[in-house]
Amino acid sequence: MENLKDVILQYVIKEYLEEDSEPIDYRTPLISGGIVDSFSMVSLKRFLENKYNIQIPDEKATPEAFDSVNKIASLVEEFIGRKG
Amino acid sequence: MAYPDAIRNLYQAQLKSIQDAGLFKQERFIHSPQAADIEVEFPAGAPVKKVINMCSNNYLGMSSHPEVVRAAHEGLEKRGYGMSSVRFICGTQDIHRELELRMTEFLGTEDTLLFPSCMDANAGVFEAVLTKDDVMISDRLVHASLIDGIRLCSAMHDTFKHSDMAHLEEKLKLHADKRLKMVITDGVFSMDGDTAKLDEMVALCDKHGAMILVDDSHASGFIGKTGRGTHEKYGVMGKIDIITTTFGKALGGASGGCVSGRRELVEMCRQRARPYLFSNTIAPVVISGVLKVMEILSASTERRDKLEANTAYWRKGLTEAGFILKEGDTPIVPVMLFNAKLSQDFSRALYEEGIYAIGFFFPVVPQGQARIRTQISAGHEIHHLDRALEAFIKVGKKFNILGKTKQEIVQMYGQ
Repeated sequence: MENLKDVILQYVIKEYLEEDSEPIDYRTPLISGGIVDSFSMVSLKRFLENKYNIQIPDEKATPEAFDSVNKIASLVEEFIGRKG
Repeated sequence: MAYPDAIRNLYQAQLKSIQDAGLFKQERFIHSPQAADIEVEFPAGAPVKKVINMCSNNYLGMSSHPEVVRAAHEGLEKRGYGMSSVRFICGTQDIHRELELRMTEFLGTEDTLLFPSCMDANAGVFEAVLTKDDVMISDRLVHASLIDGIRLCSAMHDTFKHSDMAHLEEKLKLHADKRLKMVITDGVFSMDGDTAKLDEMVALCDKHGAMILVDDSHASGFIGKTGRGTHEKYGVMGKIDIITTTFGKALGGASGGCVSGRRELVEMCRQRARPYLFSNTIAPVVISGVLKVMEILSASTERRDKLEANTAYWRKGLTEAGFILKEGDTPIVPVMLFNAKLSQDFSRALYEEGIYAIGFFFPVVPQGQARIRTQISAGHEIHHLDRALEAFIKVGKKFNILGKTKQEIVQMYGQ
């Protein structure tokens, strides 16, 4: 089974980074670090909802919750867990 | 309202940090009409200096055209100075309707609605036609006015990498479940001077059932064989659902803008767009000027042809001299310098040589992408361009950037 953090990291790299961008890791601040515009989070949110068959309420999809791969993975795991 | 020292100090500290970062903008004061040759006071209080203007949106040289000025005078006499009203109350004259009909014909659309500016058109259009059940998918380099309008709209918003058609298609598929989809782009991108691939975008929108909006402010009047805009260039006239554009650039340079496109979408703006409902109508003098501009441009392609020739001459000259340019064939020609302070010093040195061109840096362009954005006009003659090239080369040698790569320039000056 794919590692959740790697799936998120690869999506962020493919979606938001250019060829000459600085490399990122699981802890890199994405939104507060200016890599991802908070308005661009929507495609990451939809990608995760579709891939893991979950619904993340808008009030949980905050810039703080999406500010690193680690934080995003925690949020996704919370909703995968709720599916049971 | 109370403005205690604590608040004053707070803002003074913010302004100082902008200055310290080399990002502070200063105005220049122009003592003449807009043209290729202008007279400038800079800094404030300095003697007025004659310079060649290389950075206006006066692409067709219409901003001070004598026939346009005469038509504006006649408009003042016949229709007065101000309307003191929004459009729908008592702010619509016969000449407003005439201009809307004229733009509809020129752009090849079904209907047109005037706005006080294209900034206002972009601020109002999305909220007027889309709801929270819909999605807006915009190019990542769209103009700030489109971003502002997108933020005012309750529809979902996503972006695609600049001009990346594969990425756009991914997003169209990702959001297939939304009620309506609208793809949003500039026709000509204002900072880089490249064009949107409208033929490919229209094909993708047709395939995925999406509407398309194009802001053609840096194209109307001169892009395409007869200057209709980017949609003419890419052979998709009649296929753009909404075009927004301005009268503040090639089409006279005074003010005003419009939404033009599908009849129902334009009518929704007339009924619901907040800048239309709540902002004062375009003054009669401006409408009269724009009507004359449209008459002149519709009669002949002479001006847009001259602009095209001037642009090719300018790009060739700069490229041969060893400057790094953004690729493209529009009259927006960015000379890349990458460092904000360098772009300001370069601009100042050009000014000493009698050439007026401004440094662009963050937040107007991304960090590390500072430039001098030159803009060519049909009002330029060859002697203007030769003089400007001479100055650019002299200043380029002074800063030792001619023939250098981006890495070499960044190594010398930082990013």
